[in-house]
Amino acid sequence: MKIRLDNVVKEFETFRAVHGVSLDIGSGELVALLGPSGSGKTTILRMVAGLEYADAGAIYFGDENATDIPVRERGVGFVFQHYALFPHMTVGENIAFGMKVSKVKRSPQAIADRVKELLDLVQLSGLKDRFPAQISGGQRQRVALARALAVDPRVLLLDEPFGALDANVRRDLRRWLRKIHDELGITTLFVTHDQEEALDLADRVVILNKGKIVQEGTPEAVCRNPADAFVMNFLGDANKLDADIRGGKAYVDAVAFDAEGVADGSGQILFRPADVSWREHGHGIAARILRVIDRPDSRRVLAMTGSGQAVEFDTAPEFPHRKGEEGFIDIRRPRVYAAA
Amino acid sequence: MVHNRKGKPPRVGDNTVFRRSLLGIVLVFVGLMIVAPLVVIAVEAFSRGVVYFAESIADPDTRHAILLTVIAALIAVPINTAFGVAAAWAITKHDFRGKRLLTVIIELPFSVSPIVAGVAYLFVYGLQGLFGPVLQSMEIKILFALPGIVLASMFVTAPFVARELIPLMQAQGRDLEEAATSLGASGWRTFFSVTLPNIKWALLYGVVLCNSRVMGEFGAVSVVSGNIRGQTNTLPLHIELLYHDYNAAGSFAAASILACLAIVTLVVKVALERQGAGRVQRPAALAGADSIIPEVKP
Repeated sequence: MKIRLDNVVKEFETFRAVHGVSLDIGSGELVALLGPSGSGKTTILRMVAGLEYADAGAIYFGDENATDIPVRERGVGFVFQHYALFPHMTVGENIAFGMKVSKVKRSPQAIADRVKELLDLVQLSGLKDRFPAQISGGQRQRVALARALAVDPRVLLLDEPFGALDANVRRDLRRWLRKIHDELGITTLFVTHDQEEALDLADRVVILNKGKIVQEGTPEAVCRNPADAFVMNFLGDANKLDADIRGGKAYVDAVAFDAEGVADGSGQILFRPADVSWREHGHGIAARILRVIDRPDSRRVLAMTGSGQAVEFDTAPEFPHRKGEEGFIDIRRPRVYAAA
Repeated sequence: MVHNRKGKPPRVGDNTVFRRSLLGIVLVFVGLMIVAPLVVIAVEAFSRGVVYFAESIADPDTRHAILLTVIAALIAVPINTAFGVAAAWAITKHDFRGKRLLTVIIELPFSVSPIVAGVAYLFVYGLQGLFGPVLQSMEIKILFALPGIVLASMFVTAPFVARELIPLMQAQGRDLEEAATSLGASGWRTFFSVTLPNIKWALLYGVVLCNSRVMGEFGAVSVVSGNIRGQTNTLPLHIELLYHDYNAAGSFAAASILACLAIVTLVVKVALERQGAGRVQRPAALAGADSIIPEVKP
């Protein structure tokens, strides 16, 4: 099922507003809505689900205008951040709920068979008669997914699906969800504030800030070509140096960087901590080492440029230099942006 | 650090003198204010013997008062329960203008003296009141009759059920209802198979409190009922009448009935509290915290 959002607007008195978002999601695609809290990503997901209505704009499921279809009839599977399992029902009853209340009548045997099938799919076959309070967080999340899938939704929507879980469980479930998605081929949209999760799981990442889409594309595209300083910062650790831009060049402490197409005036150079080399002599921005932090597989160096701007970079564990030494930093893959 | 064996700093409340005197004050208070009067009721009720007690209860006016009280409760409690559930549902699961105002208004009967409510009803439904002439011409009798008693009782007890439910339902959030609806359940279905099972203990608790208050209500009912013996006298009013008739034993006998109702209520209340009602408690499955739940291996 293809989903299309056409200039969707939702105003709130609080900060979670959505200001004109248009988005195309291909059939069978797995798309991540990525953004900091308050960027409107959950609101967009809830509007696609029908849990929230758009103030303006339209949402299409295939060719059908779904904007005003109530959630009950929209045919979406929604997985809540805190699972929202019915605490008074067993795992099996939770999964069966959607089939029992459905307008499509199913025989008790058919429902029982489908519950068993879904429990096998989410690898929880032995837990049918447990209550939600008796299983772990990761297991609850899988039950919630099975429950959402039980009604054969046209679209699967997940709100911060792994937000409440610890790191290891999270990584396992992520890979597992990708597998399930590939098996079922269901169009899936999920919300996260964790860039690693989005890049790991999604075919395509939609990055939001302040209720607007700032960039969308494959994980590769957004990683290699961040559209602006916000995306660059949000996707991972980044250093930021103030620069003067004149005639297609960006100057930091008299060192010039290529800045073709960036308007003259004040700007910024952003770069990843891994994209820095330390030189004792030669070219680069003059800097002094302030601190060296040891990590299992690397050394993180905190330095200060001649003009007093902080830089952090990663080096091999064998990095010989120490606090107080002076040298030059050489930046690979710098990205120049005009000041916002 | 200097280790002071003798002067180990006492924790708060560790001081024996303080602890004992505190406990003593509480015990004396409970004894004088709560236990003694209840004992007196029981003793006085049987002071002229069991036979007299039975006769007092069997007195037609007393029987009528008991009946009237039960009828008033049978009408007022279900209506207030329905109202309370609807109000709690509206306030906690929907957004609308004036939500806070509604919450405050629902609580209002708690802070208004019941006698004020009674007088207000007089002004609205009484002969000289707002709707008095209209009601009289239609021959509808509200005051000095059952409808007035029920209305006054309902006013006084309107907040009980809603007040029990609102904090609980607020803590539970809307996720469960949203999940049920997204799975295709209708509003009624969602209420009966998802919302109700998760609030049932708190609801029962509210109903029990509401019931005991309806049965015991004196002030508001005394104004609107007219206090007509054998006709519009509820049990609390009847007790007062008997007392003013210098029929102490009869009065205490009737009072013991009311006290029994109260004790039954108390037992039910404690039993319900054991089930977790009357406390704001978020089901573990909603909280997203795994810390207290033992890991279960598949």
